[in-house]
Amino acid sequence: MSSIVNLSGHLEKLVGSERVHTSEAVLKAFAIAGRAPMAVLKPRTAEEVAEIVRFAATEKLAVVACGSRSKLELGLPPQRYDLALDMTGLCQIAHYDPGDLTVSVDAGMPLSELSKALAEKNQFLPLAVPRSATSTIGGAIASGIDSTLRQQYGTARDFLIGAEFVDGTGNRCKSGGRVVKNVTGYDLHKLLIGSIGTLGVITRLNFRTFPLPELREAYIVTFPAMEAALNFHDSLLRSGLPFSNLELFDPQFSALLAGYLNQAGGGIPGSPGKSAWHVFASFEGIAGVMERTQRELRERCVQAQGTHKEKLNAGNSQQWSDALRESFDWLRSAAASVALLRIVLPQWAPRDVAELHQALTQSTLRSAFALRACNVAYLALLSEGEDARTSMAIEHCVSEVCTSVEAKKGSATVLHSPTWLKDRLNVWGPKRADFPLMQRVKQAFDPHNIFAPGRFGGGL
Amino acid sequence: MPPAPMDQALIRELKSLLGPANVLSQKEDLMLYEFDGSVEKARPEVVVFPLSTEHVSGIVKLAAKYQTPVVGRGAGTGLSGGALARGGGVMIVFARMNRILEMDLENRRAVVQPGVVNLDITRAAEKAGLYFAPDPSSQKSCTIGGNVAENSGGPHTLAYGLTTNHIAALELVLPDGEVVRVGSRHGDSPGYDLCGLFVGSEGTLALVTEITVKLSRKAEAVKTLLAIFDAVADASRTVVEMTASGITPAACEMLDGWTLCAVEDYIHAGFPRDSAAVLLIEVEGLREAVESQAAAIEEICRVNHARDVRTAKDNNERDLLWKGRRNAFGALGRLAPSNYVLDGVIPRSKLPEALEQIHAIGKKHGFQIGNIFHAGDGNLHPIVLYDPRDAEQFKRAIAAAEEIIRMCVSLGGSLTGEHGVGMEKNELMPLLFSDADFDLMRRIHDAFNPDSSLNPGKIFPLSKGCGEIRVRKSGQAAGGRQ
Repeated sequence: MSSIVNLSGHLEKLVGSERVHTSEAVLKAFAIAGRAPMAVLKPRTAEEVAEIVRFAATEKLAVVACGSRSKLELGLPPQRYDLALDMTGLCQIAHYDPGDLTVSVDAGMPLSELSKALAEKNQFLPLAVPRSATSTIGGAIASGIDSTLRQQYGTARDFLIGAEFVDGTGNRCKSGGRVVKNVTGYDLHKLLIGSIGTLGVITRLNFRTFPLPELREAYIVTFPAMEAALNFHDSLLRSGLPFSNLELFDPQFSALLAGYLNQAGGGIPGSPGKSAWHVFASFEGIAGVMERTQRELRERCVQAQGTHKEKLNAGNSQQWSDALRESFDWLRSAAASVALLRIVLPQWAPRDVAELHQALTQSTLRSAFALRACNVAYLALLSEGEDARTSMAIEHCVSEVCTSVEAKKGSATVLHSPTWLKDRLNVWGPKRADFPLMQRVKQAFDPHNIFAPGRFGGGL
Repeated sequence: MPPAPMDQALIRELKSLLGPANVLSQKEDLMLYEFDGSVEKARPEVVVFPLSTEHVSGIVKLAAKYQTPVVGRGAGTGLSGGALARGGGVMIVFARMNRILEMDLENRRAVVQPGVVNLDITRAAEKAGLYFAPDPSSQKSCTIGGNVAENSGGPHTLAYGLTTNHIAALELVLPDGEVVRVGSRHGDSPGYDLCGLFVGSEGTLALVTEITVKLSRKAEAVKTLLAIFDAVADASRTVVEMTASGITPAACEMLDGWTLCAVEDYIHAGFPRDSAAVLLIEVEGLREAVESQAAAIEEICRVNHARDVRTAKDNNERDLLWKGRRNAFGALGRLAPSNYVLDGVIPRSKLPEALEQIHAIGKKHGFQIGNIFHAGDGNLHPIVLYDPRDAEQFKRAIAAAEEIIRMCVSLGGSLTGEHGVGMEKNELMPLLFSDADFDLMRRIHDAFNPDSSLNPGKIFPLSKGCGEIRVRKSGQAAGGRQ
């Protein structure tokens, strides 16, 4: 493509001039790690997406599909970035069959709007992901970001039943369907979850939906020390009781959470003490189940020697749930320099948490730690500095943590770090043995390597 | 043209790799492996029994050297011809790779070889209150390797999902003999969900040599209800209303009256012989939830004119009802020389309509079609009884089957809910997938299995996509319906 003017002309032919944006302000709004695209396009239909991708494939232009742009920083910045697709123009519910508990929705639809439509039929989609006010459904799936309801409802792979997408040749493809049980053809839609835009442009997603629970309640329990809190957390996880979210956090995380809750205008019952560890437990169901869950929770709390337990009222409970759902977001901005790690271990014993904290006390960095259900933990490394010393401290810490996690057969990834540090951190952890297989998948989906090239590193 | 004999040098090399006791090449031995649970038929040219991953890798390398196709097989209970040697060649039977390698009860994981029988995983885990959730009707004999290949389901898929929801990691052998691991013990590794791709790929991408499964906690309370109806339409409306009201039982099975009689004659499970249909509904979970769910379900059944709703009094009664369900196909087998169990899916709200259409299609082709199926998730299993010696009748059975599957698709459903595409429905795939879809699926296929040496002739229509799929000219692949 000889010039930007030429390019705009071609793009305008594809989607109309009012849907091609090249002003500096718009391009800047779509920048990733400081790199802006040459143009932003806002397609209205899957066919327009396909036409754009066909054009991009011919011209070897790199394409990044965007929703609300709240999680574009995940992974490495793309090595090339020519066109941004603003997918929010595809925003309809294509089919909703409440009687079948299935919904088919365009990728650009905001999750909040989808939730509203489902709630009218007393249903919901258990994707409690950060930035939920603006996040699109396509972004929630492509980012693979954690949902706080995972303990009860599983991950998206458990309720995504089909997808439509445009592959790297500009073909409109699909996988799965709109029925809840289906083994026809390869499960390609599962590959799209967490693929951060590197395999295809998602245009539509099909889900099974769930009835809204009758009642939801939550407790916050305080412990003087980590070990008791972790044992309590573990005993609840193994109880078989219907906990939707079980989250344990250290004193530093509590303090940041308190700050966030205050800012959001909510008081904090049982306000976290400076050295206290906390377990947040939310659960749902019918009245009989709630009574029993509360009873058993209180018993286990006594056994675990919790110093304070407080049942949150409906409003507070919602506030806490929302705040924990958004932790990915507010942790990112909790200090001038933040590295946010996601750590999964086969299991978390008190020794593992202690070792992690021990390693951090030797650093100049502050930290905050939260352990969710399903062995997923978040660790934020915080510093007010933005200098070489900070950079070295973060690098050192991340590398220590990753080495230790790897030795325990877990995995650690960096969800967020200062841009200037990103290429020095191993954001995806050590290269996995199956990486060459992933390269084959990428090559099959995107033979011209035009979708967000390089976001997984190593050419993916 | 008479079949070209397999290269004897390959057989000699296989014997030297595995020992002669682990290689079968006599016609009378091979004939045992030309069937599975489907109506298809295809004979391998040599059957081998590896004992280790190294063996599998070695076999695959030898097969590549002699440009011979390879197909994996577990217990051969599959219902779509997935484990048949459509391209002739080498059949790898995993029956002797049947060790449970590790039970990690603390973290609810088991590491097993592919030849382990599905139910044996549960047997090894149940002392800790755990079990392996996917429960195909053949779970006493089918292997976990086959379950992984086909992404098998079962009655309790309704609440707990298919096999894919219970697999954390796999060890694979690629067609060039390379051994790779995908996924991780904790089941949450960064990058693409390769486990999700390989599970259900029907042996067309790789051979699975080790599986890390997730174990589930047994529910503290179970209640099994038998709702009896005088009209099939009432039973199907009950399912529709139950779904719409947001109740998800652990299982919800329907048996129609005709099937019930056959089952009752065989199993004596206590099914009423004079009803039009029954629903076998199971609720599981916390005691409090089970009680309230069971009450709500009973109410919906009664509103929809259930003649009676019985609750299994104890485990014995419960086991008997399930025995009746699990052996229903066997019971029908007593009525005709052969039966064809179909597998289609429809949106659950279309159940009454679908059952009416199945009845009409049966009538049109001259069959009484039985229905024993997973009603709760819209997974139909119409069963056509026929005599395979009567070529004309067999042709009609196939025609009726195809019409039923087309009907499922036209109602917004799908070709298969749990049996797989295999060589049963590969020619029907264009009902759901476009040329663009096939193009991508073919690229995925070729990325792992570029020469179509692994399980050729499956999933893809022979005319589409994998043009180079080698159905060997040897004629060894003579299928049941060819």
